[in-house]
Amino acid sequence: MLGLEGATVRFGGRAALDGVDLDVAEHEVACVLGPSGSGKSTLLRTVAGLQGLDAGRVFLDGRDLTGVPAHRRGVGLMFQDHQLFPQRDVGANVAFGLRMRGAARAEQDARVRELLDLVGLPGAARRAVAALSGGEQQRVALARALAPRPRLLMLDEPLGQLDRSLRERLVVELRDLFGRLGTTVLAVTHDQGEAFALADRVVVMRDGRIAQSGTPLEVWQRPADEFVARFLGFDNVVEATVAGRTADTPWGKVPVPEGSPQGPGTLLVRPAGVRLVDASEGLRCTVAARTFRGTHVAVHLMPEQSPRLEAACPLRAAPEPGDEVGVVFDAAEVVVLGDASRA
Amino acid sequence: MTPRTRRGAARFGLMALPVVFFAVFFAYPVAAIVARGLQVDGVWRLGRVVDVLAQPDIRHVLWFTTWQALASTALTLLVALPGAYVFARMDFPGKQALRAVVTVPFVLPTVVVGTAFLALVGRGGLLDGLWGVRLDTTVWAILLAHVFFNYAVVVRTVGGLWAQLDPRQEEAARVLGASRLAAWRKVTLPALGPAVAAAALMVFLFTFTSFGVVQILGGPTFSTLEVEIYRQTSEIFDLSTAAVLTIVQFGAVGAILVVHAWTVRRREGALRLVDASLTAGRPRGAGQWALLGSVLATVAVLLVLPLAVLVQRSLDAPGFAYYQALTHADGGTFLVAPIDAIGNSLRYAAVATLIAVLIGGLAAAALARRGAGRLVRGFDALLMLPLGVSAVTVGFGFLIALDKPPLNLRGSWILVPLAQALVGAPFVVRTMLPVLRAVDERLREAAAVLGAPPWRVWREVDLPIVRRALLVAAGFAYAVSLGEFGATVFIARPDNPTLPVAVARLLGRAGDLNYGQAMALSTILMVVCAVALLVLERLRTDRTGEF
Repeated sequence: MLGLEGATVRFGGRAALDGVDLDVAEHEVACVLGPSGSGKSTLLRTVAGLQGLDAGRVFLDGRDLTGVPAHRRGVGLMFQDHQLFPQRDVGANVAFGLRMRGAARAEQDARVRELLDLVGLPGAARRAVAALSGGEQQRVALARALAPRPRLLMLDEPLGQLDRSLRERLVVELRDLFGRLGTTVLAVTHDQGEAFALADRVVVMRDGRIAQSGTPLEVWQRPADEFVARFLGFDNVVEATVAGRTADTPWGKVPVPEGSPQGPGTLLVRPAGVRLVDASEGLRCTVAARTFRGTHVAVHLMPEQSPRLEAACPLRAAPEPGDEVGVVFDAAEVVVLGDASRA
Repeated sequence: MTPRTRRGAARFGLMALPVVFFAVFFAYPVAAIVARGLQVDGVWRLGRVVDVLAQPDIRHVLWFTTWQALASTALTLLVALPGAYVFARMDFPGKQALRAVVTVPFVLPTVVVGTAFLALVGRGGLLDGLWGVRLDTTVWAILLAHVFFNYAVVVRTVGGLWAQLDPRQEEAARVLGASRLAAWRKVTLPALGPAVAAAALMVFLFTFTSFGVVQILGGPTFSTLEVEIYRQTSEIFDLSTAAVLTIVQFGAVGAILVVHAWTVRRREGALRLVDASLTAGRPRGAGQWALLGSVLATVAVLLVLPLAVLVQRSLDAPGFAYYQALTHADGGTFLVAPIDAIGNSLRYAAVATLIAVLIGGLAAAALARRGAGRLVRGFDALLMLPLGVSAVTVGFGFLIALDKPPLNLRGSWILVPLAQALVGAPFVVRTMLPVLRAVDERLREAAAVLGAPPWRVWREVDLPIVRRALLVAAGFAYAVSLGEFGATVFIARPDNPTLPVAVARLLGRAGDLNYGQAMALSTILMVVCAVALLVLERLRTDRTGEF
């Protein structure tokens, strides 16, 4: 439905987008994930027509959008900090896109009511936008973007500035809403939790290029390279040499799953795969710190000579800082990654 | 077309009309008068420039023009910046009325202000009578009159922006450990910088080209370039010297404007603007009350007192005799009753305001677009030139350039509004540009993505936000048009004088009755301006926050 072919944008000498190829299918919710400066906002702006391409093309429903100005592209964009029109009330904000298309007054009113119901703000049409809370502004911005029935809805850090509990609730609501409406969505975020909760497909970006693309499960289970792994919050990443079902690492011999790539590579051990045992067994470590994570405790371990390790422990079994423990690795939670430099 | 070339085309479209306007009604007449001055029998004699500048008395004029303008600007900022703060951030009863009151001096004809100050600080004036103090032989009378004139420029330009600055920015600095003063210095002052610079520039230009005030209060001792140009043109009939002085003034003003455009560009950025009604509050604490008190006292002594003296003089005859006399056409100075000048002035100023807002608004919209190149910035500075070039030159230029083909407007009423719009348009640009530049580009993008074509984006996003600035700009243009004297005096037809022209004619004639009539007519002009401005103020507050 949406297609990018070799999309390239340069600011000065730096490429914000560097030959990006991307396809988003009808009704798909795709989420671009990446650190700030990775080019994800630029990606949205090129699709919206707010940023011209230096090379490459953008297609929507098979139509080349080159030369089509932003106001004729028929896409919806929800801005990072909403950008509601301060001089207009909620209803006028939501009706804006309809007005631009010359919709009749009655149709506008009906659609505004419908959308405000949809986003959970019934009867808010006459309220001033300045009087809205952050979450309400977000809902109004969403209603405004959805009102003209865009072929593609784009969200720039949709939940960026909201507090955590609200964010978690809204992610579920958005997901549900997109499912019901069948909207094609392209969202960008730097928050992996948001991306994984929202998306059918996650696209990880780095330095203007796509580092990995796949379902949330695929990306989570098999990060393409060290960059993706670290960006997803995995810190147990080391250089390793794989031979058969064992890898030689700074932490000693680590078992790897069957069929892992052989030879030198990068190895990830998910925290759940770091098992704590008695200090007399396995890799000997000192507990440096503990972080309470709700369902488990993240235990930071300091081996004697090798890089730090993070382990996930059940709440009750977690050792105290300063304790001496032993570590063994669970092959099921070990992934041999592609080489970041070659990706 | 790529977005980039489309943007360039749009800017060109916006700029076309202002460029043509300024070319035809400014550059062409000025060129005509310069040619008239420097050409003898069709031969250019540029050596005249050197000859004229070598004269010691001309050098003295240049030196005085510069330093009195600098001193006036500094003094005006010193006196008016606290006023700008008070009007921007404090709520007090009668604020609207007072805002109009401080604007009135700005629109008064310069000759009237000169006379009012003479009545206040001159021989036999109020201070002379009370304490035997006379300032009319010193430069202080000129400086004070300049502050009187330009107080409103600073209060409106700086205060208008100040009222819309988000106070939380300053609060953020306070929380980060900045003292109240440091927070103001580090956060508010830099944000106000462009507005202060713009206001200072205006004040400097007005005082640099000051005419009526210096003419009356300067006596034989003090003379500015403008007065000298007028003297050379109308008293000595030495057109070539006048032309040389015009070129010198033109060059000086152009240089100042280029420097100004450069400094403003470096400091203007997107500001967080909020609704002005959210930032103002009742004064709190002894310090704020003292500030409010001192500002009110300043306004009373410096602005209201001279006007009061003016009104008192207009009533200084039994049974409103001076006002009665205005309704009679005596056939001497006027072909019509002086009172008719009121209608003329209001009509001319309305047309001039329309033209100025259209031209200035288009120019500001073009200049505010992102990625302005060198050419556009040059245009920005060029727009300000009509302010800096002598009004006398503009009027005289109109007279000699627009009275023959290809453009024959001799005797047409439109000449007066055109000249006034020429002076008013730069105000519109100066007032609107900072606000337009501060509009968040992403708001425009949001509108574009929702399907708004570029002109619609302007109407739907920019206009509601800048409407306030637009009204202020229109008010300024209207006020300037009403009070414009230097150019109008050349081109207003004898049977259709404007108020300032009528006042000047009355002042030029001997006798208490004429003097009293001038005072009466000035009082009427003052009242007309005050009423017009009060209407504008009402309009502003009633419709803020809706569209």
